Amino acid sequence: MLILECPYCGVKGEETEFAPGGEAHLKRFGPGSSEDDFNAYLFRKENPKGVHFERWRHAHGCGKWFHAARCTMTLEVFGTYPAQTTEPPQDIRDRITAKRPGWSWRELS
Amino acid sequence: MKRYSAFAVAREALRYHLGWERAWASPEPRRKYDIIIIGAGGHGLATAYYLGKNHGITNVAILEKGWLGGGNTGRNTTIIRSNYLQDPSAAIYEKARSLYESMSQDLNFNVMFSPRGVIMLAQTEHEVRGYKRTAQANALQGVTTEFISPARVKEIVPIINLDGPRYPVLGGLSQARGGTARHDAVAWGYARACSAMGMHVIQKCEVTGIRSENGNVTGVATNRGDIDCDKLGIVVAGHSGHLADMAGFRLPIESVALQALVSEPIKPCMDCVVMANTVHGYMSQSDKGEMVIGGGADGFNNFTQRGSFHHIEETVRALCETFPMIQRLKMLRQWGGIVDMTGDRSPILSKTPLGNCFINCGWGTGGFKAIPGSGWGFAELMARGQSPLCDAFSLDRFREGRFIDESVAAGVAH
Repeated sequence: MLILECPYCGVKGEETEFAPGGEAHLKRFGPGSSEDDFNAYLFRKENPKGVHFERWRHAHGCGKWFHAARCTMTLEVFGTYPAQTTEPPQDIRDRITAKRPGWSWRELS
Repeated sequence: MKRYSAFAVAREALRYHLGWERAWASPEPRRKYDIIIIGAGGHGLATAYYLGKNHGITNVAILEKGWLGGGNTGRNTTIIRSNYLQDPSAAIYEKARSLYESMSQDLNFNVMFSPRGVIMLAQTEHEVRGYKRTAQANALQGVTTEFISPARVKEIVPIINLDGPRYPVLGGLSQARGGTARHDAVAWGYARACSAMGMHVIQKCEVTGIRSENGNVTGVATNRGDIDCDKLGIVVAGHSGHLADMAGFRLPIESVALQALVSEPIKPCMDCVVMANTVHGYMSQSDKGEMVIGGGADGFNNFTQRGSFHHIEETVRALCETFPMIQRLKMLRQWGGIVDMTGDRSPILSKTPLGNCFINCGWGTGGFKAIPGSGWGFAELMARGQSPLCDAFSLDRFREGRFIDESVAAGVAH
């Protein structure tokens, strides 16, 4: 069972309280960008076996979007953090490194 | 390979069944093959089989990290149908369905194909309109389906409750020639036929890297040593993204868990497959008498081969309303498989940015029904460089915006 903690209201709940929102920290490419960038933004998904960063929404709670760092092999959640950031905070990255040495995700590691 | 027949059974009965031979060989890998297929599930084995049968290429190895058909081939609900809306989908699924009809004879292996009929229930006005449209499209595509009345649904499925409190049954899209088959037997039958043609089915051989030179694939690295090949086919369902990473390209695929469950066996009560897409559940009865039940996929990436509990609850709740008599059934087993979902819910059968490397993936939640058609088309693509069955399913279609949008067309229970 996947258990997440909302970083805004501090409520811990199982996944039915939340709604998954796909890959985190996407850099958006719209009109005027190259076809390659637009294609990559729309379709080339991160689909790792292991450490993954995602967006979730506390749908049946405060309703706010947040980020989660999670392992797709075990459903272990390394931590959740607010949406207003373009990359995971250092303390969460350190926590992942402690548990999954040598992890990488996009350009992060 | 000794043929299976009534005569063989009688002969073996007279000599204490000592004369049966192994269905397939377990050879040591050679240094080099013409073609390597990664993944000995249904699609990979079918590809190898048609490479040999239709194109005369038998210097082929099929590498499997686990055991034969131990992935999604052995984890599905075995439903076979071809009532899709879009032309390319209808073509490949109908090819597959027609090949299932003769598969037992073709492979000399009983795959227990049972064309018992598939009904997709229409439970909202939108679904009625959608399925009538699909029936019209199918008529043009040469796929025999019809839209049937609630009374006819009740006649075919006496255990159904038509007046569901919230979603009454307003009709159904019926494909009388759809049905089920024994999933393991499909993998075993293909493996036996491939082995008989001299191909190598190599189990417990995990690919750890893909080697290339000047933009062309030259072979694979495995836990049993390096193996060279002229052409490589990647047919690994949920792990496609992982293999594509090794080959140096990215796929428009996300892997999620999809679950199924079976009940304790009961006496025959339903001799067709019923799918209820609005309330989200589908059910058929296996030859052993178990009710085989499937439902929804998770909404997040997952490689754990187990799904979320609330999906079981939703599915079972919906089916209890639709079939009140199953309310007291006990469930025996539940399992999950990792399915590879594309954005348009249609598969990818394609060349890749790496030369002589081909990929067959993205079957999402509906791969079993497509196994023979997918193998037929993908073998043609690998042998000749193009195939009328596969060309619309190329990897470029996302970049070019040529989606084959079945996420809308097929409802949900794909």
